[in-house]
Amino acid sequence: MIRIITFITTFLFLIFGSANADQKKVGFIYIGPPGDHGWTYMHDVGRKYMESQLGDSISTTYIENVPENADAVRAIRKLADSGHDLIFTTSFNYMDQTHEVAKDFPQIKFEHATGYIQADNVATYSARFYEGRMIEGHIAGHMTKTNTIGYIASYPIPEVVRGINAFYLAASKVNPDIKMKIIWVFTWYDPGKEADAANTLINQGADIIVQHTDTYAPCQAAQKAGVLAFGQASNQEEFCPDSHLTAIEDIWGPYYAARAKAVVDGTWSSGDTWDGMDKGMVVMSPYNTKLMPASLIQEAVNMEVAIKDGTLHPFTGPIYNQAGEIVVPEGEVAPDGMLLGMNFYVQGIDGEVPQ
Amino acid sequence: MNLDFIIGILEIILIATTPLVFAAIGELVTEKSGVLNLGVEGMMLVGAVSAFVTLVISGSYFLAFLISIFSGVLMSGFFAILVLYLMTNQIATGLALTIFGIGLSSMIGKKYIGTPIDGLSPWFFVIISFVIVFIISYFFYKTKSGLILRAVGESHNAAHALGYNVIKVRFIAIIFGGSMCALAGSYISICYAPMWQEGMTAERGWIALAIVVFSTWKPERVLIGAYIFGGVTILQMNLQALGIRIPGQFFNMAPYVATIIVLVFISSNKLRIKLSAPASLTIPFFKGK
Amino acid sequence: MNLLSPSIVPRTQISSYVNFLVPLIAIILTLLTGSLIFSLLGFNPIHSLYTFFISPISSLYGFSELLVKATPLALIAIGLSYCFKNNIYNIGAEGQLIMGAIFGGGVAIYFYNVEGFWLLPLMLLAGVIGGSLWALIPALLKTKFNTNEILTSLMLVYVATFILDYLVVGPWKDPSGFSYPKSRPFNESARMPELFDGLRVHFGLIITLFLVFISWFIFSKTIFGFQLKVSGLSIKAARFAGFNQNKLIISAFIICGGFAGLAGLGEVSGPIGLLYRDISPNYGFTAIIVAFLGRLHPVGIIFSSLIIALTYLGAEDAQVFLQIPSAVGFIFQGLVLFYLLGAELLVNYKIQFGKIS
Repeated sequence: MIRIITFITTFLFLIFGSANADQKKVGFIYIGPPGDHGWTYMHDVGRKYMESQLGDSISTTYIENVPENADAVRAIRKLADSGHDLIFTTSFNYMDQTHEVAKDFPQIKFEHATGYIQADNVATYSARFYEGRMIEGHIAGHMTKTNTIGYIASYPIPEVVRGINAFYLAASKVNPDIKMKIIWVFTWYDPGKEADAANTLINQGADIIVQHTDTYAPCQAAQKAGVLAFGQASNQEEFCPDSHLTAIEDIWGPYYAARAKAVVDGTWSSGDTWDGMDKGMVVMSPYNTKLMPASLIQEAVNMEVAIKDGTLHPFTGPIYNQAGEIVVPEGEVAPDGMLLGMNFYVQGIDGEVPQ
Repeated sequence: MNLDFIIGILEIILIATTPLVFAAIGELVTEKSGVLNLGVEGMMLVGAVSAFVTLVISGSYFLAFLISIFSGVLMSGFFAILVLYLMTNQIATGLALTIFGIGLSSMIGKKYIGTPIDGLSPWFFVIISFVIVFIISYFFYKTKSGLILRAVGESHNAAHALGYNVIKVRFIAIIFGGSMCALAGSYISICYAPMWQEGMTAERGWIALAIVVFSTWKPERVLIGAYIFGGVTILQMNLQALGIRIPGQFFNMAPYVATIIVLVFISSNKLRIKLSAPASLTIPFFKGK
Repeated sequence: MNLLSPSIVPRTQISSYVNFLVPLIAIILTLLTGSLIFSLLGFNPIHSLYTFFISPISSLYGFSELLVKATPLALIAIGLSYCFKNNIYNIGAEGQLIMGAIFGGGVAIYFYNVEGFWLLPLMLLAGVIGGSLWALIPALLKTKFNTNEILTSLMLVYVATFILDYLVVGPWKDPSGFSYPKSRPFNESARMPELFDGLRVHFGLIITLFLVFISWFIFSKTIFGFQLKVSGLSIKAARFAGFNQNKLIISAFIICGGFAGLAGLGEVSGPIGLLYRDISPNYGFTAIIVAFLGRLHPVGIIFSSLIIALTYLGAEDAQVFLQIPSAVGFIFQGLVLFYLLGAELLVNYKIQFGKIS
């Protein structure tokens, strides 16, 4: 029976399968639909960029809506089994699953987004989004009139906490009176709830809305209420032109293209990539000239330059935790290890990281 | 705390709760006729996407809501044919409708993700949601048709024996439910969070179902249930923003726990409950008996 | 004879041939509609259908994956049928699954540095207890305060999710995991043994089959099964016969919760191997369809769990091999279910042309 099925499979693939043997196949595992206009959307933009750069030397496949559980192994293995040469798994909780499959397919290269464990054929990559948060914080410190910032946070993971801290450190530097109001919504993706949180923060006096969730609902809510906001993941100015100051864009394309090129050329090697503005993985959307004074835009651009050449780091000491203990001494910058596992608020932020 | 602040909170609660009221009152009418439709979430999504796409194409809000309601009629009509004529299991068919709706809505909306639209002010719909609840309440308890609908849900055999067309009544009730769910969906994609994104109703359909149970199948109580849920959701956000040191998970749990606790209090009075739960819920009816 | 007015009459006896005929008709209709949809979308229909239904299980590994996916579905569905037979609408199996994973997984985390043959049985027990306790809440609220179980069981799903979230972000966080929201990995003796080398199908399958068999026995051969059935058909009759309704409700909930808890533990100690937020792709909800599609009968549930599992696998293959978006997968899955459910009409009723005698 199995032999018959195998025969049919081979037969069908001879008819329908792709003929180009030199072409490398690149697969993606997506946590959501590319239609979320947030995290997965930006990975898909990256995938398309890669296709446009490498043309016929690669072909791409993706599986969307893959839950981060036992299903993920099957989905990743499906890509591995079907002749893919390079597989990107684009969410943190695919970590164990990626390694489980990678063990059995040493000749296939894997790239796990936001993870921290590597193997010979598993590289990890992430972006230093907190660099963008610093610039946002700086802008917010100047632009706020009520000295109250509303921050919509998704889940209490280091990535989100790091963003909050980077934002606050920069904001409080230019405006020591600044206050942060943080709402944890425990979802990445619920336009209604995100809008509710934004409206609640605005009602409590926030005149700038920052978000670490996926949709542009908070920015829209800010637009409606006549306050300012920062976009998330992509440039969202067209959805809230009178509120949108700037946004942190996740630009995966160049990295994807480079890694796929390495596979095509046979030069791929494992590693841990944590790139920021210097490599173009984190990009600020055009600053809104209608809303921001030219001098402030110039300051932001200068900060970008300084971050790129390494003279400015968002986590430069002295940094204290909420208990007043020094965590980063004067003149030093926080080591990557601390940033990677950050789960505390810095001094000055009210409340407590949920844990 | 001043008055503006309180009014601000109330406004947010009203805007956030309205879709729950629409979906729940629709489902309540359906259930009252003796049919349980678990496809609420799917119908909401299809309603949301059809309103959005219509608005983008035609530019007309009126047409957007009209087409959306029509999509709800189609989805629920399909469900009605299955459960009323083919006598399929209502629970499984409803769940299948949700799966179907998730797929259909993302298929329809693929090209329209990230298309900017001008949102519509929610206040007209907030008022309408209250009006509909009171109309349904009046309909149930003050009109003959309402009585018939309740009778059909209570005992279809008795209603049939009295000469009422059970299938017709249920068909209409299901279609009303579907159009309300679609309206809830279109409110979300046009007023509440003006955008289309896949799965954007984010489980509100399930909450609406729970609210119908909470209401013990009395229309006015849909408002109570929906507003407890919506109110606690917004209040916990306010408490979080005030910087109170309690893990956020517990804040976010609050609406669910509050709904359970209140229902326990309401339903511990046994006699009242028994009177309003439709006895024929989920039981199929066939004439040939 | 008037052919224009067909009428539907209930079958007095269900003949065995319809039981085979019905799925056959549903399958033929599915294939026809499927071909139509795929042709309209510009895909080769035969190749698409092959990818959906045959390619996922054309290898031994694929078949094992089918069982991995079907195991929790069947286990929960069997548990749910205890409730549904008695007209108890427990729709919160997902929450009971999560609680089972929390309790069982908690044991594994507590004994993270202790290996022993006793660990897995202890976890199984804890998983069952966790699920049962979580199901006991709606059961007690229903029997003591008359609170409707649809609401309570559903709301408790969300509460369980937040509890799991709290634990993996807080107290049970992996100390060497850079503060990421996940627990320590379970040690070897806390993992469900795999049945075959290199395949993920695990011991949970054996447990499930055993429990399916036991349930078949309970449903058809014991007084308890009879009581469930009678009180499901008519509460009055059950009362008249002197059955203790409350006891039935509580036992049905406990059994269902226990099964769901076991399924949850099976997931975390089987294929996953640690605790984190998204341990289940809504198995608890999907199992409701499985239960009804299988007509609350143990054998039917085995078949329906395999069919539903196959539609998930097929949708993935369609994405990989044909770039058919997952949305089409959902639509197709919905259609398969509609046909299977609709075709049941022929099992329970027959269509008669002409007058009813």
